[in-house]
Amino acid sequence: MAQALRQGGDVVCAVRGLTKTYPAVRGRRGAPGTPAVRATDDVRLDIRRGEIFGLLGPNGAGKSTLVRQLTGLMRPDAGRVEILGHDIVRHPERAARILAYLGQESSALDELTVSLAAETTGRLRGLEARQARAERDAVLEELGLTAIAGRPLKKLSGGQRRLACLAAALVGERPLLVLDEPTTGMDPVARRAVWAAVDRRRAERGTTVLLVTHNVIEAETVLDRVAVLDQGRVIACDTPAGLKEQVAGEVRVELVWREAAPLHVPEVAVLRERAVESGRRWTLRLAPEEARTVVATVTGGSAFAALDDFTLATPSLEDVYLALGGAARQGLVKA
Amino acid sequence: MRMGQDDCRSEKEQPDVSVVSADVLPGSALPAGEEAAGAAELGPRARMWPSLVAVYRAQLSRARFARIPLLFVATFQSIGIMILMRGVVDGGGEAESVVAGASVLVVAFVALNLLAQYFGQLRASGGLDHYATLPVPPAAVVLGAAGAYASFTVPGTVVTAVFGCVLFGLPLAHLWILAAVIPLAGAALSGLGAALGLLAPRPELATLLGQLGMSAALLLGVLPADRMPEAVRFARDLLPSTYGVEALARTFGDHPDWAIVLGDLAVCGAVGVVSLAVATWAYRRAAVR
Repeated sequence: MAQALRQGGDVVCAVRGLTKTYPAVRGRRGAPGTPAVRATDDVRLDIRRGEIFGLLGPNGAGKSTLVRQLTGLMRPDAGRVEILGHDIVRHPERAARILAYLGQESSALDELTVSLAAETTGRLRGLEARQARAERDAVLEELGLTAIAGRPLKKLSGGQRRLACLAAALVGERPLLVLDEPTTGMDPVARRAVWAAVDRRRAERGTTVLLVTHNVIEAETVLDRVAVLDQGRVIACDTPAGLKEQVAGEVRVELVWREAAPLHVPEVAVLRERAVESGRRWTLRLAPEEARTVVATVTGGSAFAALDDFTLATPSLEDVYLALGGAARQGLVKA
Repeated sequence: MRMGQDDCRSEKEQPDVSVVSADVLPGSALPAGEEAAGAAELGPRARMWPSLVAVYRAQLSRARFARIPLLFVATFQSIGIMILMRGVVDGGGEAESVVAGASVLVVAFVALNLLAQYFGQLRASGGLDHYATLPVPPAAVVLGAAGAYASFTVPGTVVTAVFGCVLFGLPLAHLWILAAVIPLAGAALSGLGAALGLLAPRPELATLLGQLGMSAALLLGVLPADRMPEAVRFARDLLPSTYGVEALARTFGDHPDWAIVLGDLAVCGAVGVVSLAVATWAYRRAAVR
């Protein structure tokens, strides 16, 4: 298999048959037990050099568990992970010397200043003192953190703290960056700084990025390829555009009613069965022909009086996820 | 001394999260077979001493933002206890035990109790992932944090000892022994605290164990030993802080028996080495699940 893995040549991270099951927890008095959960189920992935590869899925899909196995933080029950030719399952400690990881937790850095968090992380990544300080200054400047370098992470807003943690992850060059929801809580300016920093590393050094996200818009705009995870399984893996082609035959219609839906109109009453209702909002996934008819119906006649707003949109990755049989109906974030 | 050994060792051995043979070191031949060709060069490993210093410095800086719990609470507690005990003990040997016990209690509060809480919370919140995904020797993380927590106890212990000496009219002449008592008792108690924090399955349990350890140091260290029943005295002998207390208490006399003082300090040092080794093992265990 190792031969097969290397045939791609440019494959930075190859995952085969990765399986991890969390054991069942027996219920105690007052607390019900939980059955065994297969957090990753026979996962197979190839991440190529220089690409931004995304793991997309709702909360609990197994994204973080998968990433923890790729970074050597968790041992899989079965399967292989090979990063740049190194077997991470057999030698998990090598992961720390190949990749930089931005986890979801900042508690190890919370009481440090932004500056010291970045510098210390650089030192622990094996940099000499002078080099660590120089890289710290460069990264803080790059991410626009210089002004708050002397403040402890604890006192920063969620987005700023996240950015400071990313700064720590970027001090000390690594060919692979594993970023678990890096832009959570960030404003658009900070987000742009993140993607600019990632792009620069990719352009200058051919850095590969594995990105965990549950944000559909972000996935569509920044990812080269995306694996869609559902209940621990990869249910699709392609470019965002390629995935959307799978549901190209569908159009999403969103109807917003002023108060209640005009169910006295027979056409609207029929539509109700196919709509996902969320308060005054109905979401329908329809063939283009059907969509045209629906729009004609609700924009004319007595239904129009009850209509507040409507949109007609081409499919997003969220539609792909639902079309592929994703279990969570409202799991993905659009923001 | 121990750190020096580790420093040397890290040059030759693999001190990382799991055991790997020397053939993975850069420049040496990779194992025959699948990984022999095409494996990328690994980034540098952080060396023992520089990473220990980096962790120590980072931990020490936390005192700037958590000054009250780390530096003041323990001192106030110990001074309060000495004032209370003033009405109970009648000078002499008992006063020496009270002052020594209250001083070492500062070490127990910070190095054992607070460090157990810190590692317990770090482990529960996933904060250990940060260190586990850096190529840093586990001993550097544990020793750096333990060293910083032992350092936090210095001002409080000194203030408590001086205040106690003045309060009970004891000589200040041999207080320099604190320069040995604080690091050695600090090593023993912070090693114990780190091990408890990293081994406890839940953070509340780590907090509880830290509190219990400190309470034991309080009851068994501050109260004069002569008045205790046999069983309690045996428990007192098992507690590492006792030897720090004894060493300090003996130096208040006119002609301290330095051999016994040295013996007590050696026990502290030995417990320190063992407990820090256990804590390092516990860290490795907690870092990869």
